[in-house]
Amino acid sequence: MKTKAIFGGLILALAGLGLIFLGCGGAKQAEPYVVGGIFSISGPASYLGEPERNSLEMVVEAVNAKGGINGHPLKLVIYDDEGDVTKARLHATKLAQDKKCLAVIGPSLTHTSMTTLEITQKAKLPLISCAAGSAITSPAKDRVWVFKTAQTDKMAVERIYQYLQKHNLKQVAILTVSTGFGVAGKEQLLTQAPQYGIQVLAQEVFGEKDTDMTPQLTKLRGTPAQVVICWGTGPAPALVAKNMKQLGITIPLVQSHGVASKKFIELAGDAGDGIILPAGKLVIWQQLPDTDPQKAVCKEYAEKYHAKFKAPESSFGGYAYDAIRMLNQALTKAGNNRDKIRSELEGLKNFVGISGVFNMSPEDHNGLSPAAFVMVKIEKGGFQLID
Amino acid sequence: MENFAPFLQYLISGLTNGAIYALIALGFGIIYNATTIINFAQGEMVMLGAMCAISIYHLAPSLPLAFAGAVVLVTCVGLVFERLALRPVKDPTPIALIIITVGGAVMIKGVAMLLWGQEAYILPPFSGNVPIHLGPATILPQNLWVLGITAIAVVALEAFFRLTLVGKAMRACAYNTRAARLVGIAAGRMVQLSFGLSAALGAGAGILIAPLTLGVYDMGTMLGLKGFSAAIIGGLGSLAGGVLGGLVLGVAEALATGFISSGYRDAVAFLLLLLVLFLRPQGLVGGRK
Repeated sequence: MKTKAIFGGLILALAGLGLIFLGCGGAKQAEPYVVGGIFSISGPASYLGEPERNSLEMVVEAVNAKGGINGHPLKLVIYDDEGDVTKARLHATKLAQDKKCLAVIGPSLTHTSMTTLEITQKAKLPLISCAAGSAITSPAKDRVWVFKTAQTDKMAVERIYQYLQKHNLKQVAILTVSTGFGVAGKEQLLTQAPQYGIQVLAQEVFGEKDTDMTPQLTKLRGTPAQVVICWGTGPAPALVAKNMKQLGITIPLVQSHGVASKKFIELAGDAGDGIILPAGKLVIWQQLPDTDPQKAVCKEYAEKYHAKFKAPESSFGGYAYDAIRMLNQALTKAGNNRDKIRSELEGLKNFVGISGVFNMSPEDHNGLSPAAFVMVKIEKGGFQLID
Repeated sequence: MENFAPFLQYLISGLTNGAIYALIALGFGIIYNATTIINFAQGEMVMLGAMCAISIYHLAPSLPLAFAGAVVLVTCVGLVFERLALRPVKDPTPIALIIITVGGAVMIKGVAMLLWGQEAYILPPFSGNVPIHLGPATILPQNLWVLGITAIAVVALEAFFRLTLVGKAMRACAYNTRAARLVGIAAGRMVQLSFGLSAALGAGAGILIAPLTLGVYDMGTMLGLKGFSAAIIGGLGSLAGGVLGGLVLGVAEALATGFISSGYRDAVAFLLLLLVLFLRPQGLVGGRK
């Protein structure tokens, strides 16, 4: 018994010594900084996840080509959650258990982010989400380790109402999709309306896969509303525009930032002309005045992305682009200490990104203001900056 | 009558959707008559019709060509589907075959996703986009196309079943397969024909609706379910029943959206289905069995 214990102890000691030597050997070369990524690269939200992954890889490649961060190369570990909560959870757990992983970027969607942050919070692992939902980072005191780069629906609504107020439009009718995006948008539209002196005369909903919104619009037509606000993503909002034209409704149509893409203009066709929506500045970066600090960042991103992937840049990729650039800045100062990285991210001020100018604080882990959105109008198959 | 103007608009919307449901319901009915199974891949034929027409239109921008080409292509898919997926089954009990059609639907949808991706595509309307004013309501030329072509398809189908030898043979199989075999009708061929015919009808429905709704790889599932509901509501296997069921369903949905709440649109469709199943399981038109 006793000899066995001594023998065992000896082996352990030897093994320990071996490990120390190995450790010393490793330290001579700079150890890579490991950054995790969880995106919806395939599945229904692949239009988000794919440009996000591409943007991340593009930045990391450029950083490593220049010798990494303080001599440490960046290493990406990217997982595909397919837009599925269970898979996001699984990947988050894997990353959380990896002691070398310093931070995670993603996931792409609000619900996958909500499940991921539970795990990363417990593991004290900084997370920079690329999803829109404001619940991801608020209340900030419960989301110590969570940040996000995408604008929230709250800001989009603020921006729309500011615009309506400026043009003295007070009576609106709203039409929202029945998914999480639409429900959250509707809540913001209703709660913020009184602050801007806006009256919501009618509220209708439609299904994500609905193909005919004329009944809802006919109902709205019966009210004295001056504006229709539609909140949705995918093809359905384009059908709303078409149906409005069909019914001869001539009052302005305001859409959400969820449709700020070339694809939407294509789907809406003629019916798209005159639609007003809030959008990130990337969509109209050429039209920005040169004094706008974001212009240069957007230009660089758009040109590099275009050159590398032969595909048009998207605001979604911009979320990941901002996230990895923020993280690089934090890593440069904090090194491989998760706690310091978190503090650096929280202290980030005047960081000019694709989605806006970020000013993080302990109370605000998104750091954006409604000024992150500009109002654009669809004209002749393109977006026109109007406010 | 301040409610009349919206009512008329709801009616137009409902009849248009109803006509599409009717075409799909007829597809369910024809296959049910020939085989006593429900072909759950019917909705996917609608999607294939729309997507094929869009692709053909991109290659050669001619709508008649796109329409004809897509119908022919999808008919072939229907024929091949029957030959490869259903015919080889050793023990063709209805339940096994129905489950196979469900699997087929999933597969067709998956292949469509790989072929066309997850994006939506547009097909231009057949004759312009200028709404026609009809009293206080408006109607698009495409709505008229949907209603017109559906009417023609129903009449042509009725004539085919009543007047042609093949049509009569198909009806004979529906009444009594064994007796039909005994008088020398190739029942197997009639089954295959029924799949081709209903695929063609589905494709037609898809092409008609695509300019109004856009074409996307997953548009078929819901349309298929609505078409199935329409077939049950009207009475499975009856031509008149399919048409009536489709129109009733479409109008009920539109009225429910307009007068109750837009959140109840799909609920109304399936509530109607349940009501019919409880109160008149043979359907509105079907005779007592």
